[in-house]
Amino acid sequence: MSFADSKSRWVSTPAVHVILLVAALYSLLPLVWLVTSSTKSLGDFSTTGAFEFGEWNLWANVKALFAQENGIFWHWLLNSVLYAGGGAVLGSLICAACGYAIAKTSFPGRRLLFALTLTGVLVPTTVLALPMYLLASELRIVDTFWAVFVPLLTNPFGVYLARVYADASVPDEVLEAARVDGAGQLRTFFTVALPMMRPGVVTVLLFQFIGIWNNFFLPLVLLTDPKLFPVSLGLFQWSTRQTQFPQYTPLVITGSLLAVLPLVVAFLVLNRQWRKGLAAGSVK
Amino acid sequence: MSVLAPERAPAQEQTSTEPATRTRKKDFAGAVLAVPFAILLVCTVLVPVAYTLYLSLFTERLRGLGFSGPEHVFVWLGNYLEVIADSAFHASLGNVALFALIHIPSMLIGALILALLLDSAVVRLKQVWSLAVFVPYAVPVVIGGLIWAYLYSPTIGPIKNLLGFDPLSDTTVLPSIANIATWQWVGYNMIIFYTALQAVPKEIVEAARADGAGGFRTAWSIKIPVIRPTIFVAAVFTVIGSLQVFTEPMVLKGFTGTVTSTWSPSMYVYEAAFVAGDNGRAAAASVLIAVICAVLSAVVMRFSTRRSSR
Repeated sequence: MSFADSKSRWVSTPAVHVILLVAALYSLLPLVWLVTSSTKSLGDFSTTGAFEFGEWNLWANVKALFAQENGIFWHWLLNSVLYAGGGAVLGSLICAACGYAIAKTSFPGRRLLFALTLTGVLVPTTVLALPMYLLASELRIVDTFWAVFVPLLTNPFGVYLARVYADASVPDEVLEAARVDGAGQLRTFFTVALPMMRPGVVTVLLFQFIGIWNNFFLPLVLLTDPKLFPVSLGLFQWSTRQTQFPQYTPLVITGSLLAVLPLVVAFLVLNRQWRKGLAAGSVK
Repeated sequence: MSVLAPERAPAQEQTSTEPATRTRKKDFAGAVLAVPFAILLVCTVLVPVAYTLYLSLFTERLRGLGFSGPEHVFVWLGNYLEVIADSAFHASLGNVALFALIHIPSMLIGALILALLLDSAVVRLKQVWSLAVFVPYAVPVVIGGLIWAYLYSPTIGPIKNLLGFDPLSDTTVLPSIANIATWQWVGYNMIIFYTALQAVPKEIVEAARADGAGGFRTAWSIKIPVIRPTIFVAAVFTVIGSLQVFTEPMVLKGFTGTVTSTWSPSMYVYEAAFVAGDNGRAAAASVLIAVICAVLSAVVMRFSTRRSSR
């Protein structure tokens, strides 16, 4: 670290910016490599530098990617969107309802539920994968959409956050006023409390989306039919073949770029939104 | 794993112990709202955990000539003893211990330094820097692993030529795996720390400045102590995540023989359950991992409360 003390300031502004620049390069260069590499044919990897563009083969790569195994890549993208998108929307609503109920109502067993939820935060996925597989085969739902979708809805940490958000952003007086006006509790939740909790719920939604998009263990264990794979599992499977079949290399690289792009764009666009949520969760 | 750090939660807990004292009659409505999650929690967490505990006490054995199929035999703690005595399990624990020793300090210290730099008055374009460092978090772990695997690969990637050594050799593969995890998480934790730093009262910082404390001194004596609870929460989640590391070594296994199929404890469980088909041993190993996780996070949290209660 290269800052010294003098006149109560960080002395060397350039040094501070150099550190930030190094951190930014470290973070971004692998992605730059992904972009340049997806323009290359297999042969170009040995003839061109890592961060320069090859002969422009991007469209050829993309075409080959979507042609491979009868366009299975479409299935993978669609599956990822369904698992992560559907799971995040439904899952965050379930979290919001439960967090609100724990914070603002007094049903019996509420403390027990909250204690179990906190325990659930700490249970490693490794512990759950094997029994989940065995239970799913017992129910004969291994290798189905639901076997992966339903477990990923469970987000104990989301409930914990939703409870914090409900406490912080829904004043008791507002609920009292809604009650006096004759609104039932369910209606109060959906029309009064949920809109007030919105920034928090959006944060839970975003992070659950990322969590599901990242989840690898569960689909790996529960799915064998490539048509049901999310995109990361599919690309992983292709990558395990690349030592024997180098022609998979451009496919995996181009596929990775297409899988990453929407997420990075979503993050940049929703920048303000998730920041607000983070602030509500950790500073308020 | 999604990790946020709502560090003021304990304070809120006190105000909410008697919530909404007014609507006791319609308690069932609250229950209705909580039921969907409660069902999910029971079916996808509690039952599987109980089932794992049950499985860990049994093993499958063939009886006689094996014509009647395998038999479920109660073996007390036999599976646990088998795992504890297994040198492959020891090796996997050794690997994650080293992985954690490299990954946790470099990631947390890096994130803290970047957050403090962003928080200092002199930095321009804060948004740009923080977004740049945060972007890897938006990359799915498998794909982050694949990108780095290709970067490490001697035939395709530039790193071997750039650094002059093979990042996938016996001795270097472990730091290489730790680097993937650090790349992925440093920006995320930076944002968490930076957000927490916004809660440091400005008057205190200014008073320290007026008393002649420099930037480094202010960071060390005022800012870091204030966000210490956040740092400890992040440390707990990182410890748990490190112990369970699975995706990164799984991906690298396809690129190099130096990552074995039981490289990390999670891979050990996967191998035992889905390659060797030994459910009892897999269940026992996963219970052991969960216990180690629980003990370690309890130790970190205990350490945290002791230090901040002074």
